[in-house]
Amino acid sequence: MSIYQEIILDHFQQPRNAGNIKNPTKTTTVNNSLCGDKIKMDICIKGDKIIDIKFFGKGCVISQASASLLTEHAKGKTKQELKKMTKTDIINLLKIDLGPNRIKCALLPLEALHKLLIE
Amino acid sequence: MLNTTTIKKDFPIFRNQQDFVYLDSAAMSLKPRSVIDAVEAYYEQYSANVFRGIYKISEKATKIYEQTREKVAVFINAKSEKEVIFLRNSTEAINLVAYTWGRTHIDKKSEIVTTILEHHSNFVPWQQLIIENGAVLKIINIDESGKLILDQVGQIITKKTKLLAITYVSNALGTINPLREIIKEVKRKNSDIIVLVDGAQAVPHIKVDVQDLGCDFFVFSGQKMLGPTGAGVLWGREELLEEMSPFLFGGEMIKEVYLDRTVFADLPHKFEAGTPHIAGVIGLGAAIDYLTQIGMDQIRLHEKKLYSYAQEKLRKLDTVVLYGPNSQEERSGVILFTMKSAVHPHDVAQILDELNICVRSGHHCTMPLHERLDLSSTIRASLYLYNTMDDIDKLVKGLQRVDEVL
Ligand SMILES: Cc1ncc(COP(=O)(O)O)c(C=O)c1O
Repeated sequence: MSIYQEIILDHFQQPRNAGNIKNPTKTTTVNNSLCGDKIKMDICIKGDKIIDIKFFGKGCVISQASASLLTEHAKGKTKQELKKMTKTDIINLLKIDLGPNRIKCALLPLEALHKLLIE
Repeated sequence: MLNTTTIKKDFPIFRNQQDFVYLDSAAMSLKPRSVIDAVEAYYEQYSANVFRGIYKISEKATKIYEQTREKVAVFINAKSEKEVIFLRNSTEAINLVAYTWGRTHIDKKSEIVTTILEHHSNFVPWQQLIIENGAVLKIINIDESGKLILDQVGQIITKKTKLLAITYVSNALGTINPLREIIKEVKRKNSDIIVLVDGAQAVPHIKVDVQDLGCDFFVFSGQKMLGPTGAGVLWGREELLEEMSPFLFGGEMIKEVYLDRTVFADLPHKFEAGTPHIAGVIGLGAAIDYLTQIGMDQIRLHEKKLYSYAQEKLRKLDTVVLYGPNSQEERSGVILFTMKSAVHPHDVAQILDELNICVRSGHHCTMPLHERLDLSSTIRASLYLYNTMDDIDKLVKGLQRVDEVL
């Protein structure tokens, strides 16, 4: 099965939550130097809830689609819920199978999110 | 061109992988039957340790292991097989020199010269050394076509320069450096300079003569020249190796051990501490036999023709940007490119993989070079003796598919 499924291509071509937040609670940048993927993520937290999240990135289809899907999923969730997210959750969001090398691209947005959630 | 129909039959992987287009030999070459057989024969028939046993199979293992050393010496035209040291790979060989020769000859007042073309293997060990001892690292740049700016060489080399660490063939741009001329010029400016050549991308593809090059150290990896993984070579001029202290201490590298002192073994065993990768070295011997039988000149010619063909086809396709020197004489069979559509190299490699075409995406262990080229990543398709024009056609078709999918 090709990894370039409709849902992936859709999120790559029309990324949800792309851009910057004006006054973010926190912001961070992560990169995967192996392929040059880079993701900046802004987050707005109210109490325990993620009320807004945006990303700005450069990279392959998988890293960008994963960021789009993850930010969509994260909005409205609590910090506790998101901290518990793992590789499996990302794979479930993407609905594709990725090898050990390519999975790193998919996990980059989660790395950014987890970095933002560390107190 | 080489007869690839018969060559492909020598490589079992082509029977085991259907419609398989392998274009990543710069990272890892495929293995011919004869190499696999040699490794298997060692494990099945005489899997003894070398040097220690008096019994027949240990004698046999020792003999074949040492015969490989002679084969290597002939293959790169070393003066003596004592100058050939078996290690894991190029990286280990460069580190050995950095830790032994480097730590005793390079101090705060020294300068090391290297190039922007280097693989991290021939860059990080020197960078770390200067971070440790405060020496200076100078870097020869490239011009727009990816060739070293040779005019810079004369200015960069000074009386303080102790080492030139330089690649023979770039693993990314494919540039073949005019090493003989460079080394001549460098040694003319300062005859005390030691020149270490990274031959990892040279030995598999072109005829190498270490004496003719005029270098002092030369390293390469067996796994890129049809040999098993984990067996590589450090060659050094005998006087230099004699004077250097051992890198690792322990078994196999000693003559006599007393409670308070040790007499080290002679060359080359002084640098081969512990049980070596015997099967790997024996496999490397078989790889050299295979390459010799085909002929290095024939292999080079084959790759030149293939690159030419690829260059023509890719230019016609007009959707890719090619990097590195244009002329066949100045480059190896490494095709480095990006897509004009700006599709990320990872996605290119992935879509090609869906068509069973193996290429590499990323920075190919040359981050400083990619920074110099202002690229975060590229796609590399690298050729070897088993590749065909049909492989190139499939690559071109695959690249058309990339622009269709994304
Ligand atoms: C030019 C060059 N130098 C050094 C190396 C390192 O080789 P190894 O990983 O076998 O030590 C490579 C291989 O990737 C290379 O292409």
